Amino acid sequence: MTSIPMETGLLLAGVLFMLGLISVMIRRNIIFMLISVEIMLNAAGLAFIVAGSHWAQPDGQIMFIFILTMAAAEVSVGLALILQIYHQLKTLNSDAANFMKG
Amino acid sequence: MELTFYIAATVAVLATIMVITRYNMIHALLYLVVSFLSVAVVFLTMGAPFMAALEVIVYAGAIVVLIIFVIMMLSLTREDVEQEKAWLQPKLWMGPALLSFVLLAELVYLLVIAEMPAAPVAGSYVNAKAVGLALYGPYILGVQLSGILLMAGIVGAYHLGRQKKKVIHRFLQQQEPQKERSAAI
Repeated sequence: MTSIPMETGLLLAGVLFMLGLISVMIRRNIIFMLISVEIMLNAAGLAFIVAGSHWAQPDGQIMFIFILTMAAAEVSVGLALILQIYHQLKTLNSDAANFMKG
Repeated sequence: MELTFYIAATVAVLATIMVITRYNMIHALLYLVVSFLSVAVVFLTMGAPFMAALEVIVYAGAIVVLIIFVIMMLSLTREDVEQEKAWLQPKLWMGPALLSFVLLAELVYLLVIAEMPAAPVAGSYVNAKAVGLALYGPYILGVQLSGILLMAGIVGAYHLGRQKKKVIHRFLQQQEPQKERSAAI
């Protein structure tokens, strides 16, 4: 129907994933790191959608649903951890948690 | 149809760049919603309308609202914005960004140079019926595992988010009056 090559969609997914990866590496605010992980998961889902649409199979969209479920569970547990860290350390700096043992 | 894809892709990349360069968390979340919406438009142009709806509902709706709730609970101040600004110096992020751009250039080179067999179309329409039939047919085990994962997520979030009552030894408790006195002064 359309004439967008599959590489363009995969390229978009790659660029978004890389942006999320950069943000995870350069940020020290732990909420921003969680947001970046969300961006990366979204980019991975986009790659699945592109592939599924290229071969006209529903499997890619099903993988996206699973990624969506995993992202929802991950963000709830991650935010609970952030709340605990903030109440323990009174800061959102991820470097402040480097004295934890075990 | 092609133009919509390219515009949405450009908006997605620009909004994501704005997300990762903001100092204020709420501003970043606004750009994050824009990014998710543009990715939903990309899904639409790719022939996946059901996934576009799910993207808007779950990502731009539920997940962002959850993060906003936590930011409101933490009640961050202007000092935190300044702190974040001080942390994010160019000499800190230049190195990882340059390395990642090298990786991206490599990826682009590989995708352009690889002469794929003729793949003219990307937009094959896959409707929600096919997705549902496959989801509850061969992928039923995955659905059950997703249910277990969500259950574990709920239990884990409850267990981790619970506030334990902090017991302070009486020798350590004398710090608090000092703090009150300094605040009064």
